[in-house]
Amino acid sequence: MKVLVSIKRVIDYNVKIRIKPDNSGVETQNVKMSMNPFDEIAVEEAVRLKEKGFATETIAVTFGVTQAQETLRTAMAMGIDRAIYVPVETDLQSLTVAKALKKIVEKEQPGLVIMGKQAIDGDSGQAGPMLAGLLGWPQATFASRVEVADGRVRVVREVDGGLETLEAPLPALITTDLRLNEPRYASLPNIMKAKKKPLENLTLADLGVEPEPRLKMLRVDEPAKRQAGIKVPDVATLLDKLRNEAKVIG
Amino acid sequence: MPIYKAPLEDIKFVLNEVVGAADLAGLPGYGEATPELVDTILEEAAKICEEVLFPLNQSGDAEGCTFDNGAVKTPSGFKDAYQVFREGGWTGLSCDPAYGGQGLPMLVNFVVNELVCSANMSFGMYPGLSHGAYNAVAKHADDALKNIYLPKLADGTWTGTMCLTEPHCGTDLGLVRTKAEPLGNGAFKITGTKIFISAGEHDLADNIIHLVLARLPDAPQGIRGISLFLVPKFIVNPDGSLGQRNAAVCGSIEHKMGIKASATCTMNFDGAVGWLVGKPNKGMSAMFTMMNEARLAVGMQGLGLAEVAYQNAVQYARERLQGRALTGVKAADKPADPLIVHPDIRRNLLTMKALVEGCRALALWVGHALDIEARHTDEKMRAEAADFVALMIPIIKAFLTDTGFDVANLGVQIYGGHGYIRDHGMEQFVRDARITQIYEGTNGIQALDLVGRKMPEDFGRLMRQFFHPVADFMAAEKDNAALSEMLMPFMSAFGKLQLSTVTVATRGFGNPDEAAAAATDYLRLFALVAVGFMWLKMAKIAAARLVDAGGAGANAAFYETKLKTARYYFTKILPQVNALNIAILAGAKPVMDMPAEAF
Repeated sequence: MKVLVSIKRVIDYNVKIRIKPDNSGVETQNVKMSMNPFDEIAVEEAVRLKEKGFATETIAVTFGVTQAQETLRTAMAMGIDRAIYVPVETDLQSLTVAKALKKIVEKEQPGLVIMGKQAIDGDSGQAGPMLAGLLGWPQATFASRVEVADGRVRVVREVDGGLETLEAPLPALITTDLRLNEPRYASLPNIMKAKKKPLENLTLADLGVEPEPRLKMLRVDEPAKRQAGIKVPDVATLLDKLRNEAKVIG
Repeated sequence: MPIYKAPLEDIKFVLNEVVGAADLAGLPGYGEATPELVDTILEEAAKICEEVLFPLNQSGDAEGCTFDNGAVKTPSGFKDAYQVFREGGWTGLSCDPAYGGQGLPMLVNFVVNELVCSANMSFGMYPGLSHGAYNAVAKHADDALKNIYLPKLADGTWTGTMCLTEPHCGTDLGLVRTKAEPLGNGAFKITGTKIFISAGEHDLADNIIHLVLARLPDAPQGIRGISLFLVPKFIVNPDGSLGQRNAAVCGSIEHKMGIKASATCTMNFDGAVGWLVGKPNKGMSAMFTMMNEARLAVGMQGLGLAEVAYQNAVQYARERLQGRALTGVKAADKPADPLIVHPDIRRNLLTMKALVEGCRALALWVGHALDIEARHTDEKMRAEAADFVALMIPIIKAFLTDTGFDVANLGVQIYGGHGYIRDHGMEQFVRDARITQIYEGTNGIQALDLVGRKMPEDFGRLMRQFFHPVADFMAAEKDNAALSEMLMPFMSAFGKLQLSTVTVATRGFGNPDEAAAAATDYLRLFALVAVGFMWLKMAKIAAARLVDAGGAGANAAFYETKLKTARYYFTKILPQVNALNIAILAGAKPVMDMPAEAF
């Protein structure tokens, strides 16, 4: 069984986000970029499935600017066998990603697709479920434990108030939550080996997908600064303010 | 809790733009070391240093090593961290692929050293000593020893030590008393006591390989009668498994000012079995292989501590609200302004920044030359690089460690009382830095090495490897308007270096005390000029990049900051050479005039 992992190069989680001066988006120039942390967990899970003998081959895919290939090399340094790189100039929207991944899945025929539950830049959390929908596959999101046996996958997911266990026939799609595993550090020999692992180039055109955006970003603003609180003299003033200023009670 | 982020942006700037490390990929055996691969490696090294080693720095200091009946326990977490470090292949980064190493340039190892020492200098001692032992065995031992020991030292399964010092002999190794008697089967029986042995005993690895200086029965007196022996903690069986426990036992560990998580051991060799490394009575030359590398590595320890102290000082100066700016309130919404508005705080921070970045550039220039010396196809290039490295070793060792201590100390000053207490971790950097000025040859010895050996060798042949590139640079840039504000003070300082060089050389020729009394001042003067040269190079690049980008572009802020820091260096730090020069010219008389009993 092949396992396919999708990864995204995002602003490093340690970086303090700045808005571009023209409010057109987030400043990404000269900012440290890394693999989306949830995708790192997806990569680790795929590598572990291979080490346990459940997967025969692991493949990582990314859509991104030239430097996103380095992120694929990082995935290969962690143990992924080969990679597919699809160059794109601008950030793709979730549906486009899902459509393009569908084509790659049809080509590669993996038994399992593992994706991060969301990318920490857009926080949309849509690409995984959309891909499962387009493929007509079962999906298990927010996985905190994954077991593969007898052509089925059993997934424990963290839900409000407890754990839910799902079982699905393969092929299936999983999205990862933070507690699924702790990604390994790439070893120096594996970093060197990753340079020689195959990295295939595909274009959106090859996949027959148009990067047409369905949504338009109007502007991006920083959250409003929190105002200092005030002390009210009595309950009547408080009620008045709640009623007329904050308009939270009728 | 202190913070640390590996300064990869500055490191990449120095590697790629100042030193030109990309050319290393053109040297034999280094084909894979492209800037992209080096970037990836440094990013992974940064992760391990920030996430695995740094969190154990303060706890390791508080807990320290413990000794119980010959066994040494490292602080909690060290064993697991060493496992991560070892399994990641970091111990063999620049070791020979024939022995399981990764064969990467020494320059890359140099940079990783800085990161490790910023994150956890005590931890760095264990793999650091092993690497020194690896080099001594690789360069001087016969194939039989190499095949047994190098793969295990490269992959970190075993660690190494350097056993030089004895209770009565530190700097003066000619006094070594440890005996080596032939056993008749090619092995020797080693008997004696060694002290201050870093990583002499610990629980991180299965075996410990001691490299021990000792005397053969018929050895001449003094330094010419010393041989080097390899003495393993466990004797290795012919099949590679560990056999009998050797009589090389830790008697106690020291209670020290700093690097408390590094086990500093007294080692008792009680008829321990050892093997000769290199030729009889040539132990010192074999030891110098280790010492030269170790001296550079100690310089990097100083740099690493300076960097981490600076990072924390900046953060504190931004956050700590205290007093109002003298020229008017800067943060009206806060009860006071942040420390960073105050001129004296800025002076301290800029001194730290200018020294850290300047020293880093100088160190990586030398690191680059190490690889040229080792791998270049042109013999002349190799010889020149070797001369340059030899000249710079005492400067890197002494100046970077003095800087490490000074910068760590300024860091405490910025924190005030909060730097003096333990919680913020600032005083630990000072305590850890202090040893770097002492071991691997005190900084006084480094200064003597510079004026006594490196300066006079072959009538200044080594000196030319610094003086010529500087003269060439000044000639080429004399009309560079963007640089003139820095070139002028630099040329004046360089003139002082030339003058004091001639003075020390000629006076020292007639009376060695003249050279020795000036040595420390001279080394510092030389180092300030050398760091100034690096700032000149960095300023030239930064100014050119800003012109290319029309003052804008992605990295404009980075280059602007470089220029401002360079200006600070040339106006506020480099002028120290004037005072040093005057002190040097004053000669040895004020030092030697005082009768010993008058002190």
